[in-house]
Amino acid sequence: MRVLLVAALAAAVAGCASTGEERDPRDPWEPLNRGIYTFNDKLDQYLARPIATGYQKAVPGEIRLRVRNFFGNIADPFIGVNNFLQGKFEDGVSDWARFAFNTTIGLFGIHDIATDMGYEKHNEDFGQTFGRWGAGSGPYLVLPVLGSSTLRDGIGWGFDFYTDPLNETEPFAVHWGLVTLRLVQTRADLLDASRILEEAALDKYVFQRDAYLQRRRSLIYDGSPPREKDPEEDKGDKDDTDKKPR
Amino acid sequence: MTLIRSLARAFVLALLAAAVPARAQDVPPDQLVKTVTLEVVELITKDKEIQAGNRAKLIQLIDAKVLPHFNFTAMTALALGQSWNKANPEQKKRLAEEFRTLLVRTYASALSAYSEQKLDFRPLRAKPTDTDVTVQVRVLQPGAQPVPIDYSMEKTAAGWKVYDVMVGGVSLVANYRTEFNNVVRQSGIDGLIKDLAAKNRRLEGAGLEKK
Repeated sequence: MRVLLVAALAAAVAGCASTGEERDPRDPWEPLNRGIYTFNDKLDQYLARPIATGYQKAVPGEIRLRVRNFFGNIADPFIGVNNFLQGKFEDGVSDWARFAFNTTIGLFGIHDIATDMGYEKHNEDFGQTFGRWGAGSGPYLVLPVLGSSTLRDGIGWGFDFYTDPLNETEPFAVHWGLVTLRLVQTRADLLDASRILEEAALDKYVFQRDAYLQRRRSLIYDGSPPREKDPEEDKGDKDDTDKKPR
Repeated sequence: MTLIRSLARAFVLALLAAAVPARAQDVPPDQLVKTVTLEVVELITKDKEIQAGNRAKLIQLIDAKVLPHFNFTAMTALALGQSWNKANPEQKKRLAEEFRTLLVRTYASALSAYSEQKLDFRPLRAKPTDTDVTVQVRVLQPGAQPVPIDYSMEKTAAGWKVYDVMVGGVSLVANYRTEFNNVVRQSGIDGLIKDLAAKNRRLEGAGLEKK
């Protein structure tokens, strides 16, 4: 992880020195990021997307739902931890209650009965926790294979990875089987979204970057980020300033 | 007798005439979103051709049912930000048309991914005097966090109109801003019109091929 960041930094500095073009202040490493993005896109096109499409065709929706529930369930304890770290105790308790009910009555999590009981699923990770603590996003960063991130979220991802419950699974074959299945399931769930992105964007890189930054900001504030500006002022005449780290 | 009848008829007609324009304005924004959404969802889930992937028919449906409630000029102006003022009226018209076509296709694409998820229409949090509100809908899906869809709506003489849609916290209009301004900086307003038109033609071609 650290090696990766240092390499990214070094390449970005080199990139900055060579070009004098006007650049988005949120994305100072754009040339490097675009390179990694192209690599990821090819990897997706020739490997991940075909596998995910095949999985979606071959495996019935009912089974895919069980798989999604299972991986969702083992993630809930640390989603709870992140809620506690952010001071959202009610949400944290709810996440742990979800884990308790779904693991037992829900048969190792394949049935999400907790949602029906009124314990809603949350979306939290260490990147969001750091954001909630006041850390700015830092420069936008495209990670190899993993895709859109920022300096803060990349570090957060390191913590997520370290606390991933699948790290404990043994033997080797089972561990990698589960990790692969989770990747395929995740990609399959994003098939519709990536198709829409393909159709909607003029420049996929920019569209995805801006969507990621907006999305993360919204997640950090659990769907209600403070309004940056009166929308009236925004209509037509002023520049956007829609993202906070400028 | 006939006089009374024709008077009564005139009275009914007058009532209707008065009621029709008033109706569009008086429907509260959250009610409007709910009615239109439920109607569209019912239509697409019942239509066998749309279910089988007939994109042209889906776009027709969106054109008829959804588009009248959107203010595309406002959306295009917001998406362009400061570049909007550099455009002349003819360019503004072309931009709004092309952006509209693109958004309708995107919307159709999103709708065709819909598969009977439950919808949760949130109560409107606004004062009756407000003229700019956010209507919130949540798409509930098993095993995942609900996806919020927020409609930013403005009160106009012709009723409430949507000028932005936020999906999962991502504003559609804001998301186009950087892209649009990059193109305008490099090749001007006409360059953007050209790019949008080319993109729309490409999508249309791809849609026809699939059938």
